[in-house]
Amino acid sequence: MLHIENLRAEVDGKEILKGLSLDVPAGEVHAIMGPNGAGKSTLSYVLTGRQGYEVTGGTATLDGEDLLALDPNQRAAKGVFLSFQYPLEIPGVPALTFIRTAMNAQRKARGEAEITAPAFLKLAREHAAALKIDFEMLKRALNVGFSGGEKKRMEIFQMAMLAPRFLILDETDSGLDIDALKIVSEGVNAMRAPDRSMLVITHYQRLLDYIKPDKVHVLSAGRIVATGGPDLALELEREGYDKYARAA
Amino acid sequence: MSLATALKSGDVTLLPGKRDEDWKWTDLRGLLRVLPAASPASDAALPLGPFGDLGEVEIALVNGRLRGDPAALILAAGQSRVLRLRFVSTAEGSHAAHISIELGEGAALTLLESYEGLADGYVADAGLEITLAKGARLERVVVAADAEGAVSVSSTVVILAPEARFAQTLLTDGARRQRIETRIAHPGALAEVRLDGAYLLAGKRHADLTTVVEHQGVDGTTSQLTKGVVRDQSRGVFQGRIVVEEGADRTDARMRHNALILSDKAEIDAKPELLIFADDVQCAHGNTIGALDEEALFYMRQRGLPETEARALLIEAFVGQVIERIDHEPARDLALAWAADRLRA
Repeated sequence: MLHIENLRAEVDGKEILKGLSLDVPAGEVHAIMGPNGAGKSTLSYVLTGRQGYEVTGGTATLDGEDLLALDPNQRAAKGVFLSFQYPLEIPGVPALTFIRTAMNAQRKARGEAEITAPAFLKLAREHAAALKIDFEMLKRALNVGFSGGEKKRMEIFQMAMLAPRFLILDETDSGLDIDALKIVSEGVNAMRAPDRSMLVITHYQRLLDYIKPDKVHVLSAGRIVATGGPDLALELEREGYDKYARAA
Repeated sequence: MSLATALKSGDVTLLPGKRDEDWKWTDLRGLLRVLPAASPASDAALPLGPFGDLGEVEIALVNGRLRGDPAALILAAGQSRVLRLRFVSTAEGSHAAHISIELGEGAALTLLESYEGLADGYVADAGLEITLAKGARLERVVVAADAEGAVSVSSTVVILAPEARFAQTLLTDGARRQRIETRIAHPGALAEVRLDGAYLLAGKRHADLTTVVEHQGVDGTTSQLTKGVVRDQSRGVFQGRIVVEEGADRTDARMRHNALILSDKAEIDAKPELLIFADDVQCAHGNTIGALDEEALFYMRQRGLPETEARALLIEAFVGQVIERIDHEPARDLALAWAADRLRA
């Protein structure tokens, strides 16, 4: 599925990713943990093509296809979805309108037919119910005036609607209370599938109690410095990142 | 000092310009060295305007000359009507028109007003005087589609009686130099004013939206929302003044101006003013001018929207917040379509 090799990237002329390599096979959930400033968010932005994040070396491919050569919207159409740490407010655009426009843009890019209005609404009602989202909220401008937890829930809702192949969750647990965390995690777990992979980026182990990773990687100073099973997250929670900061 | 008096007298020195505080950003004196000759009369049939065949009555001023029965502009008590008022320029040269609209007690008028430049290079002045008796309601929707090379000034004076409601939405894509001015005498006394506008400018076009609301008595409300989008080398001017006179207590007046600058060479000059001489009032104004939110654009693209579509959606939503305040639904739909055309051009 996702294959990253020796990836280097800089922001404002400063190198943040310094030869990062990572493999996430189809059907697996991998966690990336690391101290602040290690390059976790940079990785998510480089994979999704945000302006200002300049790749200076290495490769990133999804099922063999070069991601780095594509525009952000083309990557989305290929199935890459980033759940933002801080979801943006889109004034004046109702959530449902936004998602339908995005869905149809993706379908168009893939050469598929647009979704019909009834099919779209049916899908929206199902996913909204599962995530305990009030349907009326979906008629309001996306994220405008929503609480932190509502915004995160809206990210998972969009994820469920758009059904991407490769999910990146960037600090999805931040700003969530325990109840919201459970709902969001259930939403994410419901999306696990043999042909879908996830990269869960988090600073704390807490989220991984709910979204069980197949593998845990430690990102420090722009490189993956350790890889292990779920136990690695528990060890990090106990002992902190100091050991790896030194190793980097 | 006005375009109307200059045209009437033929005296170019009577044009307002830089030295007049209210006109410093819309200099006509410096622009027009000579006043063009009067435009010719025309009896050619008019194509449909921005409001199509909406409404029951049409009154047109073609090159300043009246077509239609002006009696339709006077509504007796309790009457109601939807009326198209079209200021059409079909030839070069200069022309001026003056119109009076009167609503009797409890009368209701939807005024669909358009400025249509079917020729280029004209100099046009329009003056309107609107009087609302007690409890009368007027919704005025203006689409100003002047020609690129036109100089166009429209000035409206509105006089409200108690409990009257005046709602206005102005949409313009500017002209070589264009000013649309609205002055409202607000009696308070449960009268309500909604005063909205949007300027959508490209090329070298210029639009100036100037408003003055004078709250003269207690218990009046004014809600004002103006939005602007400027591209290329265009220039938008917003001058909004709300005066709350001494004793006009419990006035609720809110003014917002938000604009997007989409090019380095475009310009916006904004002067929102609240002049408050009463004690017990609720007044607020907000003014923002900025670029399109790049982070929001990336977010939208991450969800699959191509860049041009993401930009268009953001800009249309931005302007849509003005247009959705139009009460008359068919007019709202037409206004929305007109704006979308301008934004996607």
